Amino acid sequence: MSAGDRDPAGLGTPRAIGLVAPALLLIGLFLAFPALWALYIGITDYQLTGPAAAEPRVVGLDNFATALDDALFANSLRLTALFVLGSAVVGQNALGFALAWLLRGVRPVLRRAVEGVVLLAWVLPGPVVAYLWFAVLSRDGGTLDLLLGRPGTAWLVEYPMASLVVFNTWRGTAFSMLLYTSALAAVPPSQLETARLAGAGGWRTVRDVVFPHIRGHVLTNTLLISLWTANDFTPFLLTAGGPNHESEVLPVLIYRQALDSGRLGYASAMSTLLLVGNLVVALVYLRLLRRRA
Amino acid sequence: MTPAWVVRRIGRYVLIAVVLAFFAVPMLWLAGAPFDARPGFGVRWPEWTSANVVATFRHPYAVRSLVNSLVLCVVATAVTTAFAALAAYALSRVRIPGRDVLLYVLLLLSSVVTGTAAMVPLFVLMLQLGLVDSRFGTALVIAGGMLPAAIFVLKDFMDSVPRSYEESARVFGASPGQVLGHVVLPVARPGLAVVLVWSFVNAWGNFLLPFLLLRDVGKQPAAVLMRTLQDEGGSANLTVIPVFSLLYSIPVVLLYLVVDRRYGFRFHGGIKS
Repeated sequence: MSAGDRDPAGLGTPRAIGLVAPALLLIGLFLAFPALWALYIGITDYQLTGPAAAEPRVVGLDNFATALDDALFANSLRLTALFVLGSAVVGQNALGFALAWLLRGVRPVLRRAVEGVVLLAWVLPGPVVAYLWFAVLSRDGGTLDLLLGRPGTAWLVEYPMASLVVFNTWRGTAFSMLLYTSALAAVPPSQLETARLAGAGGWRTVRDVVFPHIRGHVLTNTLLISLWTANDFTPFLLTAGGPNHESEVLPVLIYRQALDSGRLGYASAMSTLLLVGNLVVALVYLRLLRRRA
Repeated sequence: MTPAWVVRRIGRYVLIAVVLAFFAVPMLWLAGAPFDARPGFGVRWPEWTSANVVATFRHPYAVRSLVNSLVLCVVATAVTTAFAALAAYALSRVRIPGRDVLLYVLLLLSSVVTGTAAMVPLFVLMLQLGLVDSRFGTALVIAGGMLPAAIFVLKDFMDSVPRSYEESARVFGASPGQVLGHVVLPVARPGLAVVLVWSFVNAWGNFLLPFLLLRDVGKQPAAVLMRTLQDEGGSANLTVIPVFSLLYSIPVVLLYLVVDRRYGFRFHGGIKS
């Protein structure tokens, strides 16, 4: 028992439970219960409309078997993997680190300006950011067309996944930048100085001196942003999964199957698979946390 | 100052300039297009006018959706902060049976059960409770999703508040309620502020849950109306969308400036998820 287990205010256990109860009620009702219910809905043929809406039947693992056989589901898994790898594991990670690294020792005014702009991209509401990129990538006089002198290129139609990757990198890099900035502050300056005197270039310094120090941060960051990216629904706002399912990442597919096609049972089975994926990543993350602590 | 050093230095600034452009250029549209007489998608110097602003305020749903956003956010933020503060305090100070398991489960829940993974049961739940199209109900769902993370941030905070403050207050005869209200909450104010801002920004930008649970256009918050405006297509839209995007962004930008000024952004790496 640590000192924190004293009860300095004299609350007593019953009163303490009373203080925790309101939060637990909401969490139970809107988080824990839905998670369990998703498992159940996933083994039924529940529909939004029609006969199976009134009386869903339990169909066992049929929905899961259907998913594994479904070309659209396989397509979504592939696209989600691409989205996570491209925008989180590589995009946000690399750009966030590069920014943290490049901005060391830069004049404070410039440093604050760059950090401010990157943070603003992170703070702006998702739907606004989606529209900003919708404008940039538009065929009708979008900024990218103007910059590249390629009028009439419909980037969102011709390169939907690449567009999503750039969009999500833009939106999420600030988190990695903040994390790596504080990680870099903990690297002993003497070691960096030694590397510099030994004539090591930037890349070698990062690889041989910095990376061993921040390996834990890199892992933690990669897991967290991957989790968020895999569950991100904003791609729906930018491409709505189109054209022709070419950018239909898993969250978008689940929404389409549930609300557009009304296949609640089937969509719930796919949600369950996403939930299991999240659980695996979260457990790995918790494990790492405990090892570091 | 060897030549290699100069080249590296120049290289660094060129790289920074490129990255800065990448992040800044998409935002410039938000500064110009709202006030441009002929707004388009591209970034350009505007032909100044205030006609778009007038048109946006006359739009039947624009202002109403911002009010809806405010209602949704204020309820969700207030509930999250208040409930999380009470729970975090109790969990920090009293060893309730099963506390450690509870904390572990909460930590798992907070990252595993997302709106996306739970959208079907949440939709069915609200449908059966008759709470589809209820702004209050939607705010509670949003609060339920934010609570575990908020509890963790606040518990960390409460853990660092010295226990001796409460003990002295008790010596002077304060009741547990008075200790909480007059001693603990004022001391934990910075933590409460962090959670308040974090919840507000999260709820303000939340698209999926209101999109799922508020089907009536008159009840939709700004996040969902953005989508509706975009779907309508046509030329009337580009007069409304830029101004509307700007109005919708202002509250979080103001909050960002306040947080940045008071605390800097370094202290809370995990503030937005």
